[in-house]
Amino acid sequence: MIFGLSIAFWITALFTVAGALAAALLKNLVHCALSLTVTFAGLAILFLQLDAQFAGFAQMLVYIGAVAILVVFAILLTRGAGAPEYRIYTSSWLAGIAIAAAVFALLAWSVITSLPAGAGSAAPDVTVLSIGQALMSTYVLPLEIVAVVLTVALIGAVIVAMHDKGDAKTHEQKGGAQ
Amino acid sequence: MIPASWYLILSAVLFSLGVIGFLIKRSLITVFMSIELMLNAVNLSFVTFAHQWHSVKGQIFVFFVMMVAAAEAAVGLAIIIAIFRARATLNVDQVDLMKL
Repeated sequence: MIFGLSIAFWITALFTVAGALAAALLKNLVHCALSLTVTFAGLAILFLQLDAQFAGFAQMLVYIGAVAILVVFAILLTRGAGAPEYRIYTSSWLAGIAIAAAVFALLAWSVITSLPAGAGSAAPDVTVLSIGQALMSTYVLPLEIVAVVLTVALIGAVIVAMHDKGDAKTHEQKGGAQ
Repeated sequence: MIPASWYLILSAVLFSLGVIGFLIKRSLITVFMSIELMLNAVNLSFVTFAHQWHSVKGQIFVFFVMMVAAAEAAVGLAIIIAIFRARATLNVDQVDLMKL
């Protein structure tokens, strides 16, 4: 059982990290978005392995279902499907990798040197039912605020992305018809 | 029972990959995707701790992070499209001003 669990963990971790690596390094933006979707799926499976059914399925619905599609739409709307004309890496990529390595070293150091927790609490497992009850009682005010934030964000997104026909700066003519 | 530290190290790896993508890529959309990756890596930490302590709070926090990330995704991609309309490029070296 333990062996099977750890095999499952390693396979999922491999897919997740490979997807993240490809998303961070690949040249083609569509490939990046698809690799990122693999990472999202791997994370959803990891959440399910951790007995977090609610977070796992919410991850699938929100990220794989919505955010990935949104990113692909943004890529296609900005005609970035091919390799861009400019170099894809910044000139200071070496410093960027060094900073990322420092971040990883700090995080890994704090994880490894921390004391292992005991057996954990004896409380029963978290079920979707208990999450729903907590959301509807203790956390009902944040829930309502998040609902308002989402509504405002969606209206704002539509207004920001709305095409202003009278704008002289638009590049319709420059880009040419599709 | 897989030790929680494995999940935390995996979360650190994913977060660092997000930092790499954020810092070394020139495309605005890739920068945006790297932010999403970092948010997800932190969510993995939350779920790990929630699993370890059998606490409902971890998953509640993951829920709120996801909702705010969804709002951020909608507004961020709208801004990216607006920037592309105004500038015809998504190279971060050329969109470094706060005005269009």
